[in-house]
Amino acid sequence: MSDTILEAPATGDQPVVFDNPVDEVTAALKERFTEFVADDTRPGYGGLVVSADKIVEVAEALRDDLGFNYLSSVTGVDLIEEDKMEVVYHAYSIDKGGDAMVLKVQVDRDNPVVPSLTPTYPGADFQEREAWDLLGIRFEGHPDLRRILTWDGFHGHPLRKDWKEPFFEEEAKPFGSRWPAGEVFRAEEKNVYGKNVQYPEGWAPSGAEYEAETDSYAGITYSRESTPGLKTEKVTVNMGPQHPSTHGVFRMALTLDGETIVGLKPVMGYLHRNHEKIGERNTFIQNIPYTDRLDYISSMSNNLGYVLGVEKLMEAEVPERAEWIRILMAELTRISNHLWALGFLLNDMGALQTPMIYYYIERELILDLFEATAGSRMMCNYMRFGGVAYDLPDQVRDQPVMDFLHDLVYDRLPRVLHQGDELVTGNEIVRARGIGYGYLSAEDAIAFSAAGPLLRASGVPYDVRRANPYSYYEHLDFDVAVRYNGDIYDRYLIRIDEMQQSLRILEQVLPHLKATEGASIIGSKPQYALRMPNAGEAYGRVENPKGELGYYMTAKRRSANPERYHVRAPSFINLTALEKMCMGHKVADVVAILGSIDIVLGEVDR
Amino acid sequence: MYGLGVLKGMAVTMKHFVATYMDDIHWLSRGGRYYNDNALQVRQSTKGKGVVTVFYPEEKLPVPERFRFVPFLVTDELEAGQQWGHDWCTSCGICAKVCPPQCIWIERGKQPNGRPKPEPEKFFIDIDICMNCGLCAEFCPFDAIKMDHDYELASYDRTTAHIHDKERLSKPISYWRSIAPKRADAELAAREFTQLSKSKKKSRGRDAGDEPEQEERIEAAKLRQLQYQGVLY
Ligand code: SF4
Ligand code: SF4
Repeated sequence: MSDTILEAPATGDQPVVFDNPVDEVTAALKERFTEFVADDTRPGYGGLVVSADKIVEVAEALRDDLGFNYLSSVTGVDLIEEDKMEVVYHAYSIDKGGDAMVLKVQVDRDNPVVPSLTPTYPGADFQEREAWDLLGIRFEGHPDLRRILTWDGFHGHPLRKDWKEPFFEEEAKPFGSRWPAGEVFRAEEKNVYGKNVQYPEGWAPSGAEYEAETDSYAGITYSRESTPGLKTEKVTVNMGPQHPSTHGVFRMALTLDGETIVGLKPVMGYLHRNHEKIGERNTFIQNIPYTDRLDYISSMSNNLGYVLGVEKLMEAEVPERAEWIRILMAELTRISNHLWALGFLLNDMGALQTPMIYYYIERELILDLFEATAGSRMMCNYMRFGGVAYDLPDQVRDQPVMDFLHDLVYDRLPRVLHQGDELVTGNEIVRARGIGYGYLSAEDAIAFSAAGPLLRASGVPYDVRRANPYSYYEHLDFDVAVRYNGDIYDRYLIRIDEMQQSLRILEQVLPHLKATEGASIIGSKPQYALRMPNAGEAYGRVENPKGELGYYMTAKRRSANPERYHVRAPSFINLTALEKMCMGHKVADVVAILGSIDIVLGEVDR
Repeated sequence: MYGLGVLKGMAVTMKHFVATYMDDIHWLSRGGRYYNDNALQVRQSTKGKGVVTVFYPEEKLPVPERFRFVPFLVTDELEAGQQWGHDWCTSCGICAKVCPPQCIWIERGKQPNGRPKPEPEKFFIDIDICMNCGLCAEFCPFDAIKMDHDYELASYDRTTAHIHDKERLSKPISYWRSIAPKRADAELAAREFTQLSKSKKKSRGRDAGDEPEQEERIEAAKLRQLQYQGVLY
């Protein structure tokens, strides 16, 4: 790193650097559960392997005694060669920050049963359902273990290594049929059914198997009894999947007492394409454009999380200019995402279109920069392992790029934040609909593994950029935005705070971009034929605009494809707390509460 | 006072309303605010005022050089009477291997004696599957596949019109130069540079046997740097 790095400021906010608390906790766990935990000794792997029947106790000890109270990610790995199923947990300490405590549980592949952590950490709910759905791992004690992303009649568990999609060609790309004797065909025509659908063997539907009426409300239990003294009944109502407030194809099955919510089950998966299976077939570089399509509002930061993970695996160096460009892009993405989120939140609260349009005028400028730099407004495909794909362009529209950035950071964006503030922050309707609605307490936010603005609006100052800094964030001066009321209005305010902090970061980044002009932007490895030099696992995580985005990857030595590729999607996990936030409110509030979480279905359904 | 917040918001809306009309008046004597390419550039930039609407398809925003849409194949200029220009593609297969959704199919050419010929016999891209990622163009070592700027590809029937064959894909180098002049120049310079160092290498190889060609390696590294910096693409 050259001397263009800012000196840490003498007074004021010192960058917080945490000691890594993981080692301490690992030792404590080993002492306490001597016989039941062991180091994961595979080369390149870390963390502890815990015996299945002790996992709940270990997790409780972690949470209650050792301070690792935030279970961020739960996923499974199919170890087909060892005939085992593995469940991988990543837990963090909210107070101390630092790396993850990684726990693993290995069970028999044919009968994978693991005690559920949902009673201990409600945030594991959807993630365990996902692992059941995609890998067939049964979580004993889970209150509602149903499929979540695929449909209820789906056959098999698609992330298992021996499961093959109907249009299966080869285990891994590139496919041999493309070159040197490539003859074009349409995959859908190769399928026996002429459609991308596969049915269980011997399946001859008569139409009577599927009780549409009851099955689509599975998981909802309620009694018919209602408010005493009134002759009413509870009713179940579908909101969505086609509903303008759901920001995509997303369904909520609401149980209502009058107009009051007494139960809510999110139903998702309408946009499911098994991103992870595709990712395991892809080579490392081929995954980058796919990550654009997760949270398609913030593709730049999606790229960043993924390349950080791969860089950990391959131990790549990133040149200085590339790091500054990455931060520039990530923070602009945050602003553009929050402008979008606020526009839609206000839209959902009845401020139809007007604030949204004003925000988008500025967002458009950011997208212009992305387009001129990376070639596309939203599907940026911009980050590469060890750098970025291109340097900044000479010009954006008719303006030299540095002038453009200067105007953006010092004039346009501060102006829109100020103007947005005048337009709606004091608006009586917004306040009336926002204050006190959709409350989530700090304890609940942590327990539900909520992340990003949702967590911080509940008074938990946890931000990956500070707690576990990546890139150059530890050298940058900014505050972790935090609000304490945990309601819709605070989630509105915190996004404005965060944008202001992002502007503060950008102001520090611009001089570095000027100073490093013309410097190299990428290390010199040929990437299209990347082979992973070491075996191992890596977890790359970034503070995405919507929360912690994590990529869990494992790879074999010399492999061109990830062996396991998992995305910890913040939108998906934040939805776990939706029911809690909506309880006791009215139907119209659900719309605003959902808007205040800020989800993108590309990421929820993956 | 209750309602003050609402009034404040109204004032902001009013400001936008006025700014938009003032901008209309500003452009009145300069060719008009709409259907005017000069005005469009300004309205869309950081200097723009008021609310912007681009009247697509009558008005279209110009796209930057790096804009990427479905790729095309670069060929030599057509000579009179020729149906196709000579392909630049050597059918090395790199683009087909790197393509994330695997939508490129290439049949390598064959010489009469059955040996491979550095030319594609057939070349297909299924544009329904293409995700416009640009990796093919990024990694083609011969500048033979480039991302197009033509984004209006809608058609009535996807089953027949959406598999682009070699004929449909091929476009002469002058087309690439017309949509991305700076990049085309940079690429030309890079190719000449490589050519030069190759010929040097050859002549040296003849004169001085095979000494370690440190100089060349340095030059190659410099070139790589230029490429990574985005000076050369
Ligand atoms: S990478 Fe270039 S030269 Fe090689 S097959 Fe593709 S287009 Fe042809
Ligand atoms: S742009 Fe991407 S998806 Fe399209 S052909 Fe090229 S490599 Fe394949």
